[in-house]
Amino acid sequence: MAVKKEAHHKYRVVGTRPIRPDGIEKVTGRALYGADYYFPGMLFGKILRSPYAHARIKSIKFDKALKLPGVRAIVTADDLPEADRKPQQMGEQQVSPYYLSCNVLARGKVLYDGHPVAAVAATSPHIAEEALRLIEVDYEPLEPVMTADEAMKPGAPILIDDLRNQEEGPDQPTNVATHLQFKRGDLAAGFDAADCVIEREFRTATVHQGYIEPHASVGIWNPDGHATVYTCTQGSFTVRTLATKVLGMPEGNLKVVPSEIGGGFGGKTTIYCEPIALLLAKKTGHPVKVTMSRSEVLRATGPTSGIHERVKIGVTKEGRITAAQVWMAYEAGAFPGSPMAPGAMTVITSYDIPNLLIDGYDVVVNRPKTCAYRAPGATAAAFGVETVLDELAEQIGIDPLDLRIMNGAHEGTQQPFGPVFKRIGFIETCEALKASEHYNSKLTGANRGRGVAAGFWFNAGFQSSASVYVNQDGTASVVTGSVDIGGSRASMAMIAAEVLGLPIDEVRPVVADTDSIGYTDVTAGSRVTFATGMAVYNAAQDVVRQLKERAAKMWECTPDDVEFDNGVLRTRGDVLQPQQLTLKELAARFIRTGGPVVGRASVSTGGAGAGPAFAAICVDVEVDPDTGKVQILRVTIAQDVGTAIHPSYVEGQLQGGTAQGIGWALNEEYVYDSKGVLRNTGLLDYRMPTCLDLPAIETILVEVPNPTHPLGVRGVGEVSIVPPPAAIANAIYRATGVRMRELPMSPPRLMKALQEHRNSREGQAAAGR
Amino acid sequence: MHEIHYEAPTSLEQAVGILAKHGDSARPICGGTDLLIQMRAGVRRPHYVVDVKHIAALTGIAFDPKSGLRLGAAAPCIEIFENATLRRHYPGLVEAAHLIGSLQIQSRASVGGNLCNGSPAADTTPALIALGAVARLVGPKGERQVKVEEFVVSPGRTVIQPGELLVELLIPPPPPHSADAYIRFIPRNEMDIAVVGIGAAITLEGDRCTAARIGMGAVAPTPLFAAKASQALVGKKFDAVAIENAAQLAIEQASPIDDMRGTAEFRRHLVGVLTRRTLERAAERARRN
Repeated sequence: MAVKKEAHHKYRVVGTRPIRPDGIEKVTGRALYGADYYFPGMLFGKILRSPYAHARIKSIKFDKALKLPGVRAIVTADDLPEADRKPQQMGEQQVSPYYLSCNVLARGKVLYDGHPVAAVAATSPHIAEEALRLIEVDYEPLEPVMTADEAMKPGAPILIDDLRNQEEGPDQPTNVATHLQFKRGDLAAGFDAADCVIEREFRTATVHQGYIEPHASVGIWNPDGHATVYTCTQGSFTVRTLATKVLGMPEGNLKVVPSEIGGGFGGKTTIYCEPIALLLAKKTGHPVKVTMSRSEVLRATGPTSGIHERVKIGVTKEGRITAAQVWMAYEAGAFPGSPMAPGAMTVITSYDIPNLLIDGYDVVVNRPKTCAYRAPGATAAAFGVETVLDELAEQIGIDPLDLRIMNGAHEGTQQPFGPVFKRIGFIETCEALKASEHYNSKLTGANRGRGVAAGFWFNAGFQSSASVYVNQDGTASVVTGSVDIGGSRASMAMIAAEVLGLPIDEVRPVVADTDSIGYTDVTAGSRVTFATGMAVYNAAQDVVRQLKERAAKMWECTPDDVEFDNGVLRTRGDVLQPQQLTLKELAARFIRTGGPVVGRASVSTGGAGAGPAFAAICVDVEVDPDTGKVQILRVTIAQDVGTAIHPSYVEGQLQGGTAQGIGWALNEEYVYDSKGVLRNTGLLDYRMPTCLDLPAIETILVEVPNPTHPLGVRGVGEVSIVPPPAAIANAIYRATGVRMRELPMSPPRLMKALQEHRNSREGQAAAGR
Repeated sequence: MHEIHYEAPTSLEQAVGILAKHGDSARPICGGTDLLIQMRAGVRRPHYVVDVKHIAALTGIAFDPKSGLRLGAAAPCIEIFENATLRRHYPGLVEAAHLIGSLQIQSRASVGGNLCNGSPAADTTPALIALGAVARLVGPKGERQVKVEEFVVSPGRTVIQPGELLVELLIPPPPPHSADAYIRFIPRNEMDIAVVGIGAAITLEGDRCTAARIGMGAVAPTPLFAAKASQALVGKKFDAVAIENAAQLAIEQASPIDDMRGTAEFRRHLVGVLTRRTLERAAERARRN
């Protein structure tokens, strides 16, 4: 893997590839995941789910179920307080506690197939399951609304009776929760100035993150009102905030202990099992474990939105983009809150365009409430724009990467939603891909094609805390509240080791529960290595400051007279008699110099845009002309990664996002029947790529340091998922002559397009004769 | 509580006795690769699962050049495709068995179980139909034989009556200059259920086809024997025209549905594509025999 050295030649630990400290526990099966916790007297919870996509709940009877031996408690929405309706900012998301509560346990109505209606705690999972069959729910089925197009039609069935938006006014029930618009310049004049204008329409399917570990939580409730939940989540503090809001308890009364996590990709940034496990624990007085099956995960946790998109872009014949218009409707699922806003904020932000109009709609439909998914909103949005750019490049006869480079955003470019870019690496990223061996290699053979596309994700900052403890033997531990989802334990230890001058294996990273570390936002938005890394850097610097104070005390000088370099404290030779002490020697004397040294720091690094990242990808495909099946032959991704703290894990992020983008492009989709019931509720028929469907994914790390971070770190986790679907569509076009504008580009859909294309060509040929 | 009793008879008589006694509430289990999933999903809720892996008559694999293959209903797929004799004489059946699941699943799953599960999309059933296989059943009223193409009556349902058990599959010996093949289409390269599966067995004398059988999976409520398409090949020169003609007749017989694995239109199209590809593969093998 090529690593373009630009930033970290000055570092000792940063930029190396040590073995991850949590690796041995994970490969030996000792690491505890969500479902691995057992406690004395523990009961098992199971959730009864709606078989209807849209229905009113007329009654729920559970006397029979309660009489089944072994059943200890049953809960419904009646056991939850009516939560606050006003949306609140929680980390990266706006959440209405009321809607969140209604999603945890349905209140009055069920809004999707799989919506939780009641939950049972019993002495065994089998008894709990049996009890579910004995609960009688009387439903009045209503007409389901499955797509944004249907939901936006006048007279469409309304999902949420009191939902209103500003445009339609306070008297108009609607399924449109929000309309967002960004404008710049004079759109009409911009299109007039273009030599070539292309307008196209796109659709993408609902897709799931596909994390391998299903959700699992154990709730424990103490009689004094304090509670603990062990859970697999991307954000223990987020769980604490959300669960206490839903349960109507003081935030400080809940301790959240995060388990190891078997994937999340944004999908574990909200709550599902946690309040149910706690509620059942409160009612029974026993610990209660609630675990989801794969089918529950697919039916009822948050996938990301399918969207409907229209894109119009104009360019001059020299390749200058003069105007762009994008219209997008995102399916939010059952409650407001699709990733429409980040979609609109990223859709064309890679380019410096004088005239713009972007419209986004957040629309409720009878599908599960969407949740974040890697660069939320950006992949579906980029599919349209990056396909149209490919068409434009072809029309005016320039290289598609050159079109992107010519119009690329750079330091000083204003983003459509306001902020001006600081130092970014979009153009460097496109140039790196253009210079790659892959892009310059010859692709030969029938039915093969090569496509490129680019993507943008702003990355988040938010709040993090860190503590660094120096042990008596001079080793250190680094404590953070960031769940380790992508190797962040290694990165945190490396940052502390870099500052403290310690070997990496003398720094132990720890992920603490919510009672044991300061507030830390969710592991999402590619923010951990950036923001938590900054907190760790500052906390280690706090240690260094204290070490200098201790040394100064011993040497009877001021701390300013002490230097710290690579683990050694020295007096500044120009001022004083030379003195020297290693960190280890000093640690042994903590007892006589003021006690243990504890470094701590907290940071609030702002919201979106903390470290903008760009990716560009080149994909070779081969299409079976008889079946419409696409093989990915070769993939190379270049990404602006800032300083790569641990290059292997950075490469892993690029590869993982690319793999998910390939799945999104080719076969992944939610398939509902005519009544709105999900048909593919397992990984057999929800088709993520297997290792046999993917080539080795080649990576190019473009290290343009982020000026807002002491080590130059940018978020690296998400943007890699953005360009693959468009790049694959562009490659399919070059292989077959067919432009695909709907995802997934699955064999039945591509075969149909190929046949239509052949028929129209035959038609044209016949007309020509 | 829903109670489940596990029985493990060691003789056919015992097994038939248990199955007959409990009727619809009993279900034979071999590898359980379908049944356990159906039980977990609540699709089938038997009170008695009757493990048939301990009955010798069900686990044997015996080939005789004169009488053909006796394939025990519970013989695991892995023993089929690790068997050199079977690889030589029935390569299509072997490739169908090889497609089922991972190594772990292949060690449990059986061709008999694949058939008894009654799925229209079973991989080995079109291969069995192509070979003209016959199922031997034993029940409280004695024994009977049923052609494999008549074995499945609707999705998930077969001709098996309460108390009856599939003992073995009887497959004729391959005639000289013949071979079989099985090809399915799936959207990925692994892990999928067939969108369409086609099995074919043909005999070639010179460039003429003297016998042909085509089996089709996932194109109708049950696996089908493509009788017209097969007949059309017999006695003709085996060339592109004949293959295309057979493919068109196979498409005409298919009555697929739209579902999460493919549209009806796409499936009909695939019947043509796979019939051509499977016949060509079988012919290539036959020319070497």
